[in-house]
Amino acid sequence: MKNIKILFALTALIFSDNLLAQDAASKGLEVAKAAEKADLGFGSSVVDLQMVLKNKNGQTSERTLTTRTLELTEDGDKSLITFNSPKDVKGTATLTFTHKVGSDDQWLYLPSIKRVKRISSNNKSGPFVGSEFAYEDLSSQEVEKYTYKFLKEENGIITVEQDPVDPKSGYTKRLVQYNKSKGYRIEKVEFYDRKGALLKTLNYGNYKLYKNKFWRALELHMVNHQSRKETKLIFGEYDFDIQLTDESFTENALKRAGR
Amino acid sequence: MRSAIIVFLSFFLPSVLFGQEKKAKKFEQEFELEVQAEYRYFFDNAQFTGQNDHFPSLALRPEYSIDWNKGDDQINFKGFLRIDTDDERTHYDIRELYYQKVHNKWELSVGLKKIFWGVTESNHLVDIINQTDQVESFDGEEKLGQPMVQFSYNTSFGTFDFFYLPYFRKRTFPGEKGRLRFGIPINQDDIGFESAAEEWHQDFAVRYKHYFSIFDIGLSHFYGTGREPLFSSNEDGSINAFYPVINQTGLDLQITHDAFLWKIESIYRSSDFQDFFAFTGGLEYTFSNIKNSGLDIGILGEYLYDERDELALNALQNDVFFGSRLALNDTQDTQLLMGGIFDLENSSRIYSLEASRRIGNSLKLELEARIFSKIDDGEFILSNFKNDSFFKISLSKFF
Repeated sequence: MKNIKILFALTALIFSDNLLAQDAASKGLEVAKAAEKADLGFGSSVVDLQMVLKNKNGQTSERTLTTRTLELTEDGDKSLITFNSPKDVKGTATLTFTHKVGSDDQWLYLPSIKRVKRISSNNKSGPFVGSEFAYEDLSSQEVEKYTYKFLKEENGIITVEQDPVDPKSGYTKRLVQYNKSKGYRIEKVEFYDRKGALLKTLNYGNYKLYKNKFWRALELHMVNHQSRKETKLIFGEYDFDIQLTDESFTENALKRAGR
Repeated sequence: MRSAIIVFLSFFLPSVLFGQEKKAKKFEQEFELEVQAEYRYFFDNAQFTGQNDHFPSLALRPEYSIDWNKGDDQINFKGFLRIDTDDERTHYDIRELYYQKVHNKWELSVGLKKIFWGVTESNHLVDIINQTDQVESFDGEEKLGQPMVQFSYNTSFGTFDFFYLPYFRKRTFPGEKGRLRFGIPINQDDIGFESAAEEWHQDFAVRYKHYFSIFDIGLSHFYGTGREPLFSSNEDGSINAFYPVINQTGLDLQITHDAFLWKIESIYRSSDFQDFFAFTGGLEYTFSNIKNSGLDIGILGEYLYDERDELALNALQNDVFFGSRLALNDTQDTQLLMGGIFDLENSSRIYSLEASRRIGNSLKLELEARIFSKIDDGEFILSNFKNDSFFKISLSKFF
């Protein structure tokens, strides 16, 4: 009888622990979905940005890019990134079709030989053009690409742990801070490497509200704690009225963007 | 020849420029210039009399583009000038000068343009629209501007491209002082045509390109004057050559699966003088972000087959290519590609190395080496180049 009682108590404990974990998972997922929903309906956008790379000695180098994005709901977004400087890579462009499940499709355009090359999207963890941003940091953030764990809510800031589904990710987890009262916009992300050590911190700053609905950070600041290098992204004004369509994200459009 | 192109362009450009200007809302213009100093050094004694060892050289690449209607209308210009100790390598070209109009699913380009087709690395079989600027580079990737009207149409099941190519450009060849030539230098003007219309034979091409899941497939057909001259040797050792009228059907396929790229290019070319099949196929695999250093190492392997046997101009009749591509993904964008082509029927080998690195914000350093090794004396084309291994260094400044 006593044994049964203990067994019952233990089961209840495990069960409630499980429940708590499930609760944290579903609560975390809810936050991610709320954030996605808050940004739903932007349609398409184009923005010019400047990337400032700083090494540990403080030396900087710059590049400028243009990013075009097309919102899709049934599958991941499409994006076209074109380099404007440094001049030796001017016109180099990438076209990415993000997929909610499975690998993304990606093409690279090399303007000097006018070649479009389909490339593997396997390299998620590698640095994007020598910056502290990995490819996966810049790709479209689809809800399906992570599992979630709600951690805490303090003064309207919700912290959610996100674990990448893809084993090729360079991270074991990301701690993401959402600002509940500002359309669940992201304020800060901490990245933990494959060994579980803090690798990078990304701060979102200079937020601007477009069309009374869409928050866009005009400054992103990534600090790598291990290499002590930094990368700043400084955005120009977002254009949400450009009305891009699927036709703006074809192989021909990629060649046109790069010339 | 060049005046013919200017006549061709002057026919449509004024109406485009001045007709649209009134309606245009916002013009975006860009001008750029690349100034490049280059030095090529051939370290083996010349095989033929009159050939130099050292080739200092200077190149200019001006670019201008203007667009309006949010980029739906644009005019692009890319010029090229090289000054070299080899008189035939001293040349200029309009690489691009075209007007382009985009409207939803279609795109129209009129003027001089460069088009690339294909997927493989060691050889570009399918690529046929532009003539090769042979004096510029050994790999055949430098092309002359091709006059064309191109109409492109996107559908849900792929893109269709139609080309009207009204004028032919002759291939460039090194002169007396130049390396990488035959015993007797080929004079561009001595190469005739099968067609009585000569340069004005009206050529056409069509291409279908589609992508679905991991597949990228291209099917193409070209009818017109072949870009590659047909060679035969006379009894006195001189070379006889002309441009035949050909039909060429091409297939290019790439399968992108995880870090693997599987590639196939194949052509069938027919003419009154020669019918043949050629194939290049292989794979590329990339180990990316090795030990979180950002370093990518790609390995490449391709098999090359050409039914023409020793008459294949590129001498890749039954060969294998092995190569490796290194990308440091650093702020200076340091890259290196090295490899070798090995003939499976004889001892001939060609090794190559290409490396580049940005210096500061507006300078770029490039290195190239081609080594001809154990070239079989029986090689019709390559035996002429057996002493032509070289190093090339170039420094570009971008304005």
